[in-house]
Amino acid sequence: MAGWLFFLAMDLACGLFLLVVGGIFLELLAGSWPSIRAFGLSFLWTSAWDPVAGKFGALPFIYGTLVSSLVAIALAAGVGLLAAIYLAEFAPGWLGAPLGLLIELLAAVPSVVYGLWGLFVLSPIVRSQIGPFLQATLGFLPLFSGPIYGVGMLTAILILVLMIVPTVVAVSRDVLLAVPDIQRESMLALGATRWEVTRRVVLPAARGGIFGACVLALGRAVGETIATTMVIGNRPVISASLFAPGYTLASVIANEFTEATTTVYLGALTELGLLLFVLSLIVNGLARVLLRALSGGLRQA
Amino acid sequence: MFASGAVTVSGSMTVKLACRGLSAYFGQLRALHDINLDIATNSVTAVIGPSGCGKSTLVRCFNRMHEVVGGARVEGQVLLDGEDVYGPGVDAPAVRRRIGMVFQRPTPFPTMTIEENVVAGLSLDGNRLSRTAKERVVERGLRQAALWDEVKDQLGKPGTSLSGGQQQRLCIARALAVEPEVLLLDEPCSQLDPISTARIEELLSELAADYTIVLVTHNMQQAARASNFTAFLLGGKLVEFGETNQIFTNPACRETEDYVTGRFG
Repeated sequence: MAGWLFFLAMDLACGLFLLVVGGIFLELLAGSWPSIRAFGLSFLWTSAWDPVAGKFGALPFIYGTLVSSLVAIALAAGVGLLAAIYLAEFAPGWLGAPLGLLIELLAAVPSVVYGLWGLFVLSPIVRSQIGPFLQATLGFLPLFSGPIYGVGMLTAILILVLMIVPTVVAVSRDVLLAVPDIQRESMLALGATRWEVTRRVVLPAARGGIFGACVLALGRAVGETIATTMVIGNRPVISASLFAPGYTLASVIANEFTEATTTVYLGALTELGLLLFVLSLIVNGLARVLLRALSGGLRQA
Repeated sequence: MFASGAVTVSGSMTVKLACRGLSAYFGQLRALHDINLDIATNSVTAVIGPSGCGKSTLVRCFNRMHEVVGGARVEGQVLLDGEDVYGPGVDAPAVRRRIGMVFQRPTPFPTMTIEENVVAGLSLDGNRLSRTAKERVVERGLRQAALWDEVKDQLGKPGTSLSGGQQQRLCIARALAVEPEVLLLDEPCSQLDPISTARIEELLSELAADYTIVLVTHNMQQAARASNFTAFLLGGKLVEFGETNQIFTNPACRETEDYVTGRFG
């Protein structure tokens, strides 16, 4: 009847998203033009960030964003997957449901609260307990060398882990629960223990979804602004030590936008935004490609 | 009536599997009432009855799969070679290795190839098989399940790429690869076409030479064609048990007669 109207509405709805994404990209590109013209591609691998001298380079921010979010997702994926497996496969019903809800609630805490907690509670603990402990045990690694400030990369990573673990747990648990029970029963009936069922049947079947959960969480870590800004130390330096302060793309934009007085300064900050945008696209795209390669050949049911 | 007394198989056949006073519950709901039944070695025993009569629950009690569902429990005994599978210190996975099971719907593991599916139950325990041992097991299992000739050139393909009937035979191969003594089949043909069904029935009579088979079916013709003994369940109670021929031609109970002649169920 009015089917064409419905299709038109659908097309428009999809087109709108394309338009928005394209619009953001173009706007960022236009905004960063002064900086692109001034520094060209060298912007990507220059470390200087001196607004007074008019020198801008994005490397410390790219480094800070990648290191903080990649280390955070590596830790969060391990912890989160273990928790998700427990909740989905082993926890008794009376424990699993409330525990799952509690973890999901963690995702609802505003990030500024995480930031405050990180600044006032976690960073003193990092300075007095976690840092010295790591230095005493693994101090021979450059990762854990140098003075421990409290605020710095490590604290930012820990806060990010805390913030993205709920995403990993909640999504992974749902993916695990979506594996049909008959698959579990089939493996149990072969004489498998519950752990063997989990490892050999449930996890392989849920692999793609778990990977998706991690990508979702990584996306959140890459773009996280306020909590990171409050605890990372905000210094544009590249240091091998996780105790040293760092800076991320999102943090520097949030911190310095109001002070950007010159066109080139504003352009450089906008270009950082453009980089963040592109980085997110690359991370997501790469994840999709990896996912397809991982589950390759086994999905043509 | 046979319902409450012990029912023994006739003649000189040895009993492989027996239940004594077996009752099963789902929470407060009692699904099986005091079942006593003997299952003869190297025979096909059919369990028939209308939907919801407890057929599936009965066989799931045999290999301790009943307890997998939350709130489910069992009373009484299930004796495998005279030993209670619910006895103290008996490990459920160990019981399931001796009593294999094939489900109503074919359930090949979707992330595994045909070959991996066959050995899925074998490479447990961490005992890794050598390549040649694995090939031998795969070929033997698939031959026993009458699937070898159809899939021998595509062992590396996903198990889910096969047709429904082939998938079900793959599941039989997978169950046989563990070398069980008893094989339980829970309505294995209910989702299959007549040709696939005929192949599986044919297979069952061959397998009975080496295994003790329990076949749950809602298809009376199938029970009549493929089994040596038949148990008729109604409302969670064992109404009658005997040689298939006798159950279908000369049943002792009125309910059995009504059911096998199609007057209800």
